[in-house]
Amino acid sequence: MHPSSSSQSKTTTHTHIADKVRNLPPSGIRKFFDLLASMENVISLGVGEPDFVTPWHIREYAIYSLEKGYTMYTSNKGMPELRRELSKYLQYHYGIEYDPEEEILITVGVSEGLDLALRAILNPGDEVIIPDPCYVAYPACVTLAGGIPVHVPTTEENGFRITADDIAQQITPRTKAILFGYPANPTGTVLAREELLRIAELAMQRNLLIISDEVYGRLVYGVEHTCVATLSGMKERTILLNGFSKAYAMTGWRIGYAASGREIVAAMTKIHQYTMLCAPIMSQMAAIEALKTGEKEVAAMVEEYDRRRRVMVKGLRDIGLSCFEPQGAFYAFPSIKITGMTSEEFAERLLMEEHVAVVPGSAFGANGEGYVRCCYATSLKEIEEALRRMERFVHRHLKK
Amino acid sequence: MKQGVKQIFKALEADARLTPEQISTMTGIPVDEVKEVIKKAEEDKTILKYKTVINWAKLGEDQVWALVEVKVTPQRNVGFDAIAERIYQFPEARSVYLASGTYDLAVLVVGRTMQEVAIFVSEKLAPLEAVQGTVTHFILKKYKEDGEILEGGEGAKRLPLTP
Repeated sequence: MHPSSSSQSKTTTHTHIADKVRNLPPSGIRKFFDLLASMENVISLGVGEPDFVTPWHIREYAIYSLEKGYTMYTSNKGMPELRRELSKYLQYHYGIEYDPEEEILITVGVSEGLDLALRAILNPGDEVIIPDPCYVAYPACVTLAGGIPVHVPTTEENGFRITADDIAQQITPRTKAILFGYPANPTGTVLAREELLRIAELAMQRNLLIISDEVYGRLVYGVEHTCVATLSGMKERTILLNGFSKAYAMTGWRIGYAASGREIVAAMTKIHQYTMLCAPIMSQMAAIEALKTGEKEVAAMVEEYDRRRRVMVKGLRDIGLSCFEPQGAFYAFPSIKITGMTSEEFAERLLMEEHVAVVPGSAFGANGEGYVRCCYATSLKEIEEALRRMERFVHRHLKK
Repeated sequence: MKQGVKQIFKALEADARLTPEQISTMTGIPVDEVKEVIKKAEEDKTILKYKTVINWAKLGEDQVWALVEVKVTPQRNVGFDAIAERIYQFPEARSVYLASGTYDLAVLVVGRTMQEVAIFVSEKLAPLEAVQGTVTHFILKKYKEDGEILEGGEGAKRLPLTP
């Protein structure tokens, strides 16, 4: 029997796309994006970036660098001055030394750093342990790098913290690394030093690497951020990923860095030089200025986020939604279980009925089901109005 | 001052209409303590007053502002303070600063018309005994006031939904 022409064309199309790409689940927020585009008067708590624009002196410096003709490729690893400044910065903030020549690589955002790290260390079938829920790119990047993401469920009761015990249960002979990002997107969870110490100890015992995405590391409220690499014996075992997007409000510049031991940085640089060549020079120039003189703005933004955080969390709790106290990043992750809806249903109906956009927790993993991510990187006025609308919505839909 | 208490003033400086309850939520300081701090600050003039920044041009209200440089002769014992006091009593003088450089006092003057400002400068300010001379700069356009950009700000450029 001959297949019909339509099924034939379907088959043909499919054969062009690699299995691992075809089998990647589509982004959980795409549908909402399309819905949103057609609506007006929407307050969006669905963003994943600051509402501040990059501080003017940083933008101005980038403009100046363009005027001076800085438009060329840079060294694969990134401009020496930027690596030196980063080395000083990491020493100053975390007391850790990275050799700017051999142990720091400038990347196109943390996104590229993550991809490079995974591709540099994974052989096909290697397993990477990831908390669930987590940032949407983690499992996808592991898969694309030929690895297998292994999820460790985290729960609200435990403040969405991953623990050494939970990790230990998932370790197999194929486990290569643990990948997490704290402060966390989507939960705002911060891992305490003691817990990180236990995880570090486990990593050393079982010879695992830790890929630590610390892009929200500067955005913590009333607690300290612990840089994993600073823990005793962990520098060579940690691939530290960080960037300028969140702390300096520089998301669109796509500029970040990776720091680790020589061998790993050299391996990542090898991939980077063939696939990316270098990060854009104007972004690197802007990053130099950010490191040199951006501290004041970072502090001011952190203060403002903290005010908004308190308003958001209290508001959500006043509505009757249980919401654990986020101590970092700029997200609250309330439970919406009292409505009896799935998180996707909640997000969709909230958007249609009250024009407030949130991201369903299920987009971040199975354990995000029953929660929604509310970003408070938006003006206090908007947060307050969004909370009023959410209150109406939740009270209308309380589970009978 | 405690870092936390300072947050109360920062919040109020950004938005004077915040209630003690809202400030309490934003800072995590109990509402009674917020009220107490504000009351004390009002009494000891740490908080001078609550005001609103208005873009009068939008109301079609004409206002003429001028920055007047004033060169004065300081007086024995009281330096610049006595002459500054004579000047700041005039309601037309909205702000008065002692400045370093080629002149001594910077006076921000407001009137309904250019003529009103000119009359104030020529008939009240310039003739004061200690005043050696004045230079009046009329303000042609206000771009930014009290940290607020008055016009030309652009809307959000963020995508409404990002992971």
